[in-house]
Amino acid sequence: MAIKPGSEEKKWVGQALPRKEEDRLLRGRGRFADDIKLRDMAYLRFVRSPYAHARIISIDTSAAEALAGVVSALTGKEIVSQTQPFIEIGPDSKVRDYPFAVSKVRYQGEPVAAVVAESASIADDAAELVHVEYEALEPVVDAEQALEDKSILHEESGTNKIWNGVFEYGDVEKAFQDAASVVHIDRLHFHRFSSTPLENNVVIGEWNQKDDHIYYSCNNSFPSFAIQFLSAHLNVHIDRIRVQTSDIGGSFGIKITNYPQMAVVALASKKAGGRPVKWVETRSEHMTSSAHGNERTFRDTRVALDKNGVITAITSRHIDDCGAYPRYEPLGCVIWSQVFPGVYRFKNARIDFTQTVTNKCPVGPNRGYSRMQHLWFLERVIDICAHHLGIPADEMRMRNYIRPEEFPYTTPNGCVYDSGNYPGMLEVAKQLIGWDEWKKKQDEARKRGRLIGIGIGTTLDSGTNNFGQSQIVNPGAPFSGNSQGANCKLDIYGEVVVAVGSCPQGQGHETTAAQVVADVLNISPDLITVRTGFDTERNVHTGFSGTYASQFAVSGLSAVHGAAQKLKTEMKRLAALVLETKDDDIEFGVGAQGPELRAKTTGKSINYWGLANIVNVNSAVLPAEMYDITLNCRYIWRAPFKVPDKQRKYGNLTLTYASQLHIAVVEVDCETFIPVILDYVAVDDCGTVINPPIVEGQVYGATAHGIGAALLENCAYDAVGNMLTSTFSDYTPITAVNMPKIKYGHIQTPSPHSYSGAKGMGEGGAAPIHTISAALQDALFSNGIIIEDSFNNADSLFRALVGKEICQAEKLVKLERRAS
Amino acid sequence: MPETIEKIPLKVNVNGKAYARNIEPRMLLVEFLREELDLTGTHVGCDTTYCGACTVLMNGAAVKSCTVFAVQADDAEILTVEGLEKDGQLHPIQKAFGDAYGLQCGYCTPGLLISTYQLLSHNKQPSAKEIGKAIAGNTCRCTGYQNIFKAIQLAAQNKTGA
Repeated sequence: MAIKPGSEEKKWVGQALPRKEEDRLLRGRGRFADDIKLRDMAYLRFVRSPYAHARIISIDTSAAEALAGVVSALTGKEIVSQTQPFIEIGPDSKVRDYPFAVSKVRYQGEPVAAVVAESASIADDAAELVHVEYEALEPVVDAEQALEDKSILHEESGTNKIWNGVFEYGDVEKAFQDAASVVHIDRLHFHRFSSTPLENNVVIGEWNQKDDHIYYSCNNSFPSFAIQFLSAHLNVHIDRIRVQTSDIGGSFGIKITNYPQMAVVALASKKAGGRPVKWVETRSEHMTSSAHGNERTFRDTRVALDKNGVITAITSRHIDDCGAYPRYEPLGCVIWSQVFPGVYRFKNARIDFTQTVTNKCPVGPNRGYSRMQHLWFLERVIDICAHHLGIPADEMRMRNYIRPEEFPYTTPNGCVYDSGNYPGMLEVAKQLIGWDEWKKKQDEARKRGRLIGIGIGTTLDSGTNNFGQSQIVNPGAPFSGNSQGANCKLDIYGEVVVAVGSCPQGQGHETTAAQVVADVLNISPDLITVRTGFDTERNVHTGFSGTYASQFAVSGLSAVHGAAQKLKTEMKRLAALVLETKDDDIEFGVGAQGPELRAKTTGKSINYWGLANIVNVNSAVLPAEMYDITLNCRYIWRAPFKVPDKQRKYGNLTLTYASQLHIAVVEVDCETFIPVILDYVAVDDCGTVINPPIVEGQVYGATAHGIGAALLENCAYDAVGNMLTSTFSDYTPITAVNMPKIKYGHIQTPSPHSYSGAKGMGEGGAAPIHTISAALQDALFSNGIIIEDSFNNADSLFRALVGKEICQAEKLVKLERRAS
Repeated sequence: MPETIEKIPLKVNVNGKAYARNIEPRMLLVEFLREELDLTGTHVGCDTTYCGACTVLMNGAAVKSCTVFAVQADDAEILTVEGLEKDGQLHPIQKAFGDAYGLQCGYCTPGLLISTYQLLSHNKQPSAKEIGKAIAGNTCRCTGYQNIFKAIQLAAQNKTGA
């Protein structure tokens, strides 16, 4: 790097510093959970249900247990006798969630038993010898049908409904009375997909019989949440559960909810006398029974607009499908409201939100979690209204965007958008794509019968959430605020070592944390070690620690910054004592003997080794008034939140609001109906940028996930709950050949809510899904098509254009113009 | 029954080193590399030949080692990610991936490095289209491929421009 270590200017933050993580990963020396092999380790394989909904008549494990090399088998009955059901986040929940199906199975792939063997291949053989007898029950895979309660998943609950609440703000009735036009949209549907991290779930667990501790090496991405669930479930003191992660091969939120498998592995280890037990998920297991993103249906939407096409009110009924067990849900029933009005200015709205279980894989917080569904809905509303009113898509947005001068902007439900400039982003994006030229090309192409559309998607990536929003779904929930921990120390020989409570999966935390500390201490990031992965025994985690929900740049780096500042203050005091001067005479720099502290007046200095020596191994020279100095500084950063008003569903739910604006040009081939992206622009605003290529990489990655989801990736089920996309060959994750080249742009509106001006980012708000839906509708609106679903491929476009079965504007949308 | 499975002798050269083992005939090449030789740089992502995290070079051709039985590699020469560096120095392809931010979590990276190695061994200046085709069998879920294209172009430049 060009920056001279020891220079006075603090400059590491903002630089394109090469990633510290790179060297080991490039050499094949990364340490992923499946790379770990322990002495006397046994291997676990699950036995899973082929049915989506069935009663378990009997489970016979005798043949499996008789196989040479089999250690033991485990069934649901055994687990129930040793554990409590998992914590339910919802109010008065009667759902009894165990890591195995006990009396009935509720989705295809649900575990019913497990076998443990001396090798992975013996465990595979043994699993096939477990005989399970089922009595098939009526499956329900559609959310609206599920709410009819004709076939109930959790009999104890008496209903499939998990949660319902009405979010109403402003004066909706008056807005509709005053409207110049009203648009009715019968149904929109956001499909089920998963960001499918390339590394499957892996758990190694050891329930040590000597010290009665449970030791995990795994790839869970929100360990402090997992241990809260595991402690209560296994009746084990939370401090006796150690969770370590190392390199993680992607999570995108999906690995938050692998705690049920963690429980099974611990119980299997206990049964095996404390031997370590390893479970490595197969891809098919991952696809059928890990976690999927939330599926959501939007019914009976009514939109009030004034004579200029400005939206004044929206009412709608939203039905969220959480699969067979709520697990992290019903948090998603409120998390969407972090972005209640999206990027738009309307003040009046009523959303009736319901969540239901169905006989499908349970959902988990997938990249863009719960907000992307709602943001997609709002972008559909904008484009459908624009097309029906004959207002160009860009103009429609300009009329409805929150204006740059309105920040910080308080939304109708009390969220405070910190900063942003949506019109500015639109301008940058239009320039990058060549908006006017594409408009001309589009007109010419249409004359020749080609179907080309240009779509805009504006989205938000809300980060650092206020867990107090859990009290909106459950007034008794004991959660609020948000926090993160970090530790910064001078070790015995003067090395700077940093530990954070985050749990990274490729986001470059080691690099960006080092940049922050380098600026505080005025040394090169090369001199700073940031520990890899997460470990409960580092004691830097809080109850919110993990890596999820676009927050590291705010919560993680604020904690790191706080810890580094504390260390700096201690170093200064100690150096002043040794160098016989005052604290404010001390400066930080690098000298002949490495990083040091200098007295400006005398020029005398002491290096890091000298300071660390005094505190750690030469403490007789330390005067008693300095005994509080440890050079080992832990700092807990807390987000300045209040508990939201539960009755009104009102309050600030998130600290920062990064935004993205994408434009896509998409052509639908008239013969094959294959949608092809002709041009694509992504513009990002996440405030002050810590490391530009890392941010750019996150934008690209989220864009690929979004394009994949929009065109290729769909967790499809048939009518009886068979999962049709249980391998990658069926699910077809986006590849290098169907990923377009992305033109990248960015603006920066620094956040007033974070110390550095940075905003959390990384999830991307599913901008491509909004954008591609918009472009497809633009291409096909003149053919009577509106885009009804977030997933569109050649098959669905054929059914829309030729079969006229779906997406028919005349059936789905009604425009009511009122006389003024 | 597992104890009756007859083990088969296998001789293979991996990263320039000769190995001889007796293995179950059903053992996959990727399992052999990871479990028998402890070369854990080669990863498993999909089990079904889609994602390419397990890509290794076998007798000069990139293969997906999750779909090759270890016994099929008898007498073969295998190159894995661990064999790319020389005397501790990164291979130019590895360096280019680092310089171009061509990785995030790093799980797919070993397979991509091997696919790139094979591409550049017969095509010194691949076009974007040729690069896409060469890595079509390597799934990356983090990078959106943008910086992987840049990394491969950079690797090609560095190799031929030197």
